[in-house]
Amino acid sequence: MEFIKPDINFDFVGKMKVALSISLVMIFISIASIAWHGGLNFGIDFAGGALVQVKFNTPFTIDKIRDSFRPLGIQNSIIQQYGPTEIVVRVAEGAADLKELSGKMEETLKKTFGQDAVEMRRVEMVGPKVGKDLTKKALLAILFSWIGMLIYIAWRFELRYAAGGILALVHDTIITIGAFSLLNKEFDLTIVAALLTIIGYSINDTIVVFDRIRENSRKNIRQPLAEVINNSINQTLSRTILTSFTVFIVLLALFFFGGPVIHDFAFALIVGVVVGTYSSIFIASPIVLIWERWMPDKIRRKP
Amino acid sequence: MIKSIGIRALIVLVVCLAALFYLTPSLLSDSLPAFWKKNLPADKIHLGLDLQGGMHLVLEVQTDKALEGTIERISNDIKETMMEKKIRFRSIARTHTDAITLEFPDHPAREAFEKILKDNYPDFEATSTTQREGREIVQIKLKVKRAQEIKKLAMEQGLETIRNRVDQFGITEPEIIPQGEDRIIVQLPGIRDPGRAKNLIGKTALLEFKLLDEEHSLEEAMRGNIPEGSVVAYGTRLDPESGRRTQVPYLVKNKALMTGASLETAKVSIGDRFGEPYVSLKFNAQGAQDFDRITGENVKKRLAIVLDGVIHSAPVIQERISGGNAQITGNFTLDEAKDLAIVLRAGALPAPVTILEERTVGPSLGQDSIDKGLWSTIVGGLLVVLFMMVYYKLSGLVANFALLLNIIIIFGALAAFRATLTLPGIAGIVLVIGMAVDANVLIFERIREEMRTGKTPRAAIDAGYGKAFLTILDSNVTTLIAALFLFGFGTGPVKGFAVTLTIGIIASMFTAIFVTRIVFDYFVWNRKIQSISI
Repeated sequence: MEFIKPDINFDFVGKMKVALSISLVMIFISIASIAWHGGLNFGIDFAGGALVQVKFNTPFTIDKIRDSFRPLGIQNSIIQQYGPTEIVVRVAEGAADLKELSGKMEETLKKTFGQDAVEMRRVEMVGPKVGKDLTKKALLAILFSWIGMLIYIAWRFELRYAAGGILALVHDTIITIGAFSLLNKEFDLTIVAALLTIIGYSINDTIVVFDRIRENSRKNIRQPLAEVINNSINQTLSRTILTSFTVFIVLLALFFFGGPVIHDFAFALIVGVVVGTYSSIFIASPIVLIWERWMPDKIRRKP
Repeated sequence: MIKSIGIRALIVLVVCLAALFYLTPSLLSDSLPAFWKKNLPADKIHLGLDLQGGMHLVLEVQTDKALEGTIERISNDIKETMMEKKIRFRSIARTHTDAITLEFPDHPAREAFEKILKDNYPDFEATSTTQREGREIVQIKLKVKRAQEIKKLAMEQGLETIRNRVDQFGITEPEIIPQGEDRIIVQLPGIRDPGRAKNLIGKTALLEFKLLDEEHSLEEAMRGNIPEGSVVAYGTRLDPESGRRTQVPYLVKNKALMTGASLETAKVSIGDRFGEPYVSLKFNAQGAQDFDRITGENVKKRLAIVLDGVIHSAPVIQERISGGNAQITGNFTLDEAKDLAIVLRAGALPAPVTILEERTVGPSLGQDSIDKGLWSTIVGGLLVVLFMMVYYKLSGLVANFALLLNIIIIFGALAAFRATLTLPGIAGIVLVIGMAVDANVLIFERIREEMRTGKTPRAAIDAGYGKAFLTILDSNVTTLIAALFLFGFGTGPVKGFAVTLTIGIIASMFTAIFVTRIVFDYFVWNRKIQSISI
């Protein structure tokens, strides 16, 4: 069985300008969306605050819950239905004394709905200090992973490859974050984990193409780089599509069956895998070519 | 590369058996006979709090408060020394976390003080001296090194005290880990009553015995005219009819006559008359002597029992109390009394702690997460297995066999390294299933390419594995770099994801390259097959 015919010869490099424009537009939309929303919709990991997940064994309405919260001063918190029998309450930092909040909420809900009607499933409270720490750590993790890969690729290949690879990663990260901003999805620690995974996955994809470029350019020193790149992308296209496909189907399984905690995590990975596959083909290698045209490597070949 | 298929197969077998060996406790829980149990590893795969349920707390010991307390005590000490030695001074007070400011009426007084400072308080140094209208104002500061020692000690004592309390509370496998200079991470798996545990851990539990100020009027003090050396503190009173608790103000003296440090032990007792629980205290030898003296000196006065600034009771001392026993009564439920006894036995925290972060997962949610995680692993795995078989036929089957080994090795390694499996960790395994076949896809695509150029199966396989190997290595190392940073910067569940991802990637290189090669080589070398089903 074959998805991609072996003799495929699509002109990827010729479509470079179109692809770069599409990417620039997507990056622009991402940044514009973040600016429009006034920043990302940070979860309590970063913004601080409390999240309480409650399961009900009796019928309930959000309004009744909200009413019962009035004495606690948290009636304006976000209360969302979470599956058929559960709710999630998000209390912003500073709205109430968060340390004892979960106990008071449990007491209040039990009083309103009955002793056995309520089960506290999950309580998360993050103080402002920790939120700041976590934000710093997340940013550093992403930044350092970029730098780490830059160094590794520059060592194993050449600096221009490293530049292409890293720019593709920055591209993937921005667009995935943009997708979260567009859908106003909550951005928390697991999403940062997803971003780092995307970074790892996308570069993995890119390297396979780079590796082939390296191999082909050694084989035929006289061939123009544009042609070498195009041939290499075509030769590895079957593998690129197949691997993305297998990863994609397991992510679908996670997305649909993994439960609500994993849901957004799987969503981020799905977006990232699609964008990462696209960038490996259309962004990373063309940047190597642009770099070459800018600062030609005179010893080896003419661009 | 080892040539012999037999030796290579043996290596794979050993790795698999090792993985299964570490997995036995997780797979066959309690059904094993004792002899087996003794020789097998005892640890099951360790589940994170998000899967087994439990509470994760990050506490901050307010070490500054410990320092302030120390300075406050020293300040009082200096005051008493100066009074003893008849050195005249206008005022003395702690003005910073680590500094005391004194005011003297004239120069000789200051010089006398500075002699005391030099002789008795070498940890302090004068930082500034100013003269105003003949008076001299001196600020003294605790040396930085000593201040750091006090903070460090407060952190160590805090850690020890919390450890004691948690141990006495009776939770299996708690983890109490210091983090940084002033933070403590507390992990309590399977906790039933998180509110109670939080209370028990976070309470400062500073027990003080103070006299009520009965010479001055409480009403006057409530209006704002608080007499020197006294303070208004509150207690609660339970109204037996409505069951409501109301606040009652008291005027108490600042000076603590005794503290909880003099306790030998504390335990819960039940009252004879109404069966109400109370906490009975037993003082140590020195404490018993002190208590004997204090009660003897203050007969007919009221002695307040103050816990963390709240007055629990203020009984009238009827007579001298010898023998070193006392009790704290005051409308407790049985649980409250039990917890109070625990915190008094474990001792007071040297400084208050605040909860910076809390993550509590109920046991039922944890089980749900496990079920969903397993389900998505199975579905994702089956889809990939099915796809590989359809796309690569018999070769796909080989890759699937490698994938199965990969999963066994991942779980085996989790058990062997005592790593923690979290929900994102399960997601990591699912992701690895998708990514692990990548190595085989790379190899198989390469073999197909080589065969198209007309190579024999044997040559195509050699070339395919040979050329794909570096690619696989390079691409996996970059993913490992990302996983490494995840591990370094991530916390809790995210760390679990990094762990499974890392183990999975390494295991997949072994299974997808080494293991599948054995199968191919066997068929090409020994069976001399003429075509590859790929």
